[in-house]
Amino acid sequence: MNLYKYAAPNTFYPLAGRLLPWFFGAAVVLAVIGLYISFFVAPTDFQQSEAYRIIFIHVPAAWMSMFIYLVMAFWAAVGLAFNTRLSSMMASALAPTGALMTFIALWTGALWGKPMWGAWWVWDARLTSELILLFLYVGFMALQASIDDPRRADRAGAVLAIVGAINVPIIYFSVKWWNTLHQGASVSLTSSPSMATTMLWGMLIMALAFWMYSIGAALLRCRAIILERERTAEWAKETV
Amino acid sequence: MEWGSWQAFWAMGGYGGYVWGSFAVTAVLMAAEFVLLRRRHGAARAAIARARRNS
Repeated sequence: MNLYKYAAPNTFYPLAGRLLPWFFGAAVVLAVIGLYISFFVAPTDFQQSEAYRIIFIHVPAAWMSMFIYLVMAFWAAVGLAFNTRLSSMMASALAPTGALMTFIALWTGALWGKPMWGAWWVWDARLTSELILLFLYVGFMALQASIDDPRRADRAGAVLAIVGAINVPIIYFSVKWWNTLHQGASVSLTSSPSMATTMLWGMLIMALAFWMYSIGAALLRCRAIILERERTAEWAKETV
Repeated sequence: MEWGSWQAFWAMGGYGGYVWGSFAVTAVLMAAEFVLLRRRHGAARAAIARARRNS
């Protein structure tokens, strides 16, 4: 099978359409399992009582916010280097979902910070760099929206996305590099290892659900972008 | 995990507002994104179909 065949919008469009139900289906199934573990299997935390359950969406959303950015920057860079339209469309398709994940990470973080730290927000290195990530996503979308010619918008956005990628390792290592209020990258919140195991499983399954959802959302948005940009193409007229 | 009662489940040990506020907003935003994307894709298809009929 020639994978490069799918680098063209007219062949990728139907492929994405066939894949979509699988990704959204997997997201729903995994979310149901993950939520069941989150609320009915994972025990009460000895320090944070039930408030810690926010972790089951907070960490997956935060992981996705960083990962989607890197994937977006990668496709933007491919589009910039090889002038492949679909790569740039994929980068544009990822941005809003990445921004959504960033917002969810910040929102759930605020709702977790208030009862545990006594503050909705602190200007801590982890929180601040994650907020900058949200601004990078919004800046990428705003920049692309402000340029009429799609190919020029792709190139301008790509430069921003690539430069902004430096922020991702800063977010990830912020808890090591600076003395942050935000806890370090640890999943063992409890004293008992058996407890940590069910919590870890819940979190990983929720992370997989978020992953499947994000792929589904990006593919669906990419399909919309393809049709919007290729509306005058013969294949598009024959497809719809 | 034994909650004992639904009341205890919804209360979340007194952190109900924070826990449900997190999960509810996440669920609503994801559902909204999905609905908006389907609408956007549908609108793009409809625009092409309209243009084809008029040509």
